[in-house]
Amino acid sequence: MIPRRVQYELIKHVGGPLLMELQGLSKRLRPRRGPRPDSPFGPPLESIGKLKDLMTRHYLEGRYADGAVPVAWVTSGFPVELLRTLGFHSVYPENHAALCGVQRLTPEYSAAAERLGYSRSLCSYARTDIGAVLLDKTPAGRLPRPDLLACCTNICQTVLYWYRCLADHLKVPLVLIDTPFVYGDSAAHHQQYVADQLEELLSTAERISGRRVEPEKLLEVARLSYEGTLLWGECLAESTHRPAPWTGFDGFFHIAPIVTLRGSTECNAYYRHLLDELRYRVKRGIGGIKEERYRLLWDNLPIWFNVREMSTLLAESRFNIVVTTYTNAWAEAGKRMDPTDPINSAARSYTHVILNEDLDRRLDLMSRLARDYQVDGALLHSDRSCKPYSIGQVDLRDKLAERAGIKSLLLEADHNDPRAYSTEQGNTRIQAFMESFV
Amino acid sequence: MSGVTLGVDAGSTTWKGVVLDGAGEILDSVVVASEPLVEQQTRVELAKLREATCAPRETPVGATGYGRKRVGADRAITEITCHARGAFHLTAKAGVLVDMGGQDSKVIRIGADGTVADFSMNDKCAAGTGRFLEVLLGRLKVGWDQVPGLVDSAESSVSVSSTCTVFAESEVISLMAEGEPVPGILKGLHLSLASRVAALAGILPDDIEVFMSGGVALGSAMVNALAKELGRPVTVLAEPQLVGALGAALSVR
Ligand code: SF4
Repeated sequence: MIPRRVQYELIKHVGGPLLMELQGLSKRLRPRRGPRPDSPFGPPLESIGKLKDLMTRHYLEGRYADGAVPVAWVTSGFPVELLRTLGFHSVYPENHAALCGVQRLTPEYSAAAERLGYSRSLCSYARTDIGAVLLDKTPAGRLPRPDLLACCTNICQTVLYWYRCLADHLKVPLVLIDTPFVYGDSAAHHQQYVADQLEELLSTAERISGRRVEPEKLLEVARLSYEGTLLWGECLAESTHRPAPWTGFDGFFHIAPIVTLRGSTECNAYYRHLLDELRYRVKRGIGGIKEERYRLLWDNLPIWFNVREMSTLLAESRFNIVVTTYTNAWAEAGKRMDPTDPINSAARSYTHVILNEDLDRRLDLMSRLARDYQVDGALLHSDRSCKPYSIGQVDLRDKLAERAGIKSLLLEADHNDPRAYSTEQGNTRIQAFMESFV
Repeated sequence: MSGVTLGVDAGSTTWKGVVLDGAGEILDSVVVASEPLVEQQTRVELAKLREATCAPRETPVGATGYGRKRVGADRAITEITCHARGAFHLTAKAGVLVDMGGQDSKVIRIGADGTVADFSMNDKCAAGTGRFLEVLLGRLKVGWDQVPGLVDSAESSVSVSSTCTVFAESEVISLMAEGEPVPGILKGLHLSLASRVAALAGILPDDIEVFMSGGVALGSAMVNALAKELGRPVTVLAEPQLVGALGAALSVR
């Protein structure tokens, strides 16, 4: 019997890379099918292959992680750098739920949660993930059992109750980082309040992992995280060019490393590669869509199960989403980071995330993005699931029109649950919106 | 016959077609119940319209409505844009257009140049649509033609609070069981529906004119209820059912 740790290390350093090599080889041997000649999209990004490899490896390592290294399930806005320092393998239930969403597994998984009494009004990420745990099913092969659940309320209060349910079901300790909602700039005592909790988190995580925090390691992870955030920001900023070298929909997928592997060398190596490719495309005028006539801003989460259809609908009419507040959120954090002071830097940057800031800030942000990316209009996804993101969008729409002269469409949908979206009606709205530009 | 175009509005309840001449006059039109095979219905109805107006086979066709992409038209445009175009053609004015159709209701703000400045639609269910009224009229055993008379005769209106069609239906059943007179229930239903559509319109500037199109506008009861909710007169466009098809015909000129 090979010990778990050895299995894990073998997969991490030998099995995973070997598998990727083999996959790469078989891809190279297979005759390449180019995009359909009538496709409205530009040539696909080469980096997508690397992205798939990176994420497959991450999930593959995860299968062997429990029992080998400490495992934490964390929310997307959790200061994961502190856990990474202690060698935790992190699993992102939200990212996993999105994976299920793309594959349209939410109705099945959610039904399992609904049968137990979880309301359909609850966020579809929570329902998808709780359902996956209840059914013990996942499209990722296997998710490692957590030793720790780590939840930060900077994105919503739903995660608090969701993680409490997980803690109860899995009988695993839960750490909570509570971030006060901020209006304007956070006060020093807000940041201190969060920093104190982070110190406490470190000692809990040390106890659970049986390891001690090495200050140099913490600095190194903080530096990598900062660097990764900047790189991601640079990738996004390439879309300020005309035509944008990729689409906002591409960005929804390429965001995965900065969410799940933030603070690692693999993450940054990936974004360096992507940035090179995007720059190359900009230099040669290769766009994300073949003909970019109008540029749009997208607000809120993607509609995961409808990405392909919606992106095609837009591209066929020569509309490109060139910037999204969602993907931008992970780049925005860089502005408040100071890698030389990891704890206070985390306290500050994780408190000032888009969903933890007031509407004036959101409006400022959207106006700035609209200007920098020279957008002609905005699609505001009013997400039935994500209340904190959707509340205030009616006012945001009116103010955007008033302030920046930006016309917006409020599109009611759900990011993960196809049962809460009527594609036909949604398409008609988008089409009517596009017709109003021509 | 220069400049003649055809417009089709393949809606969920009715199929509408118009023949428009180069001067912008409607030469002929038709409104028939929708059939499941929209392609076939369109072929037959267009052939009749062409024959009646001597329009040649190659007359351009614009289409709108939920079946717009399936009728082989030269251009397929959404109902929102078509209703706005049709309305502007008739009024030559900026304003707010309320279109109450079988399957959805929309409120469209038309700019001074006739383009769509903004719009909102009822979402995901039949509440707030012609279908809502149809279901409840069926329950009350009242025909469309009886509605205006009955609503006018109501001494007071009974409030129907549910806006969901299914809930409203059971609410109506219990109101009937309690012996509430039909005219009062009917009036209540119209007001409830009108308030829902008014909510879609949001707060309107004082000086903006409100127009109405769609099949529901044919009955005065709904128009009056809407005027009451919006606190201003509502002008029903000429041949309100044809406005979408008219817009479609305009789109291929
Ligand atoms: S409610 Fe919104 S922020 Fe919270 S978990 Fe769901 S999608 Fe994320």
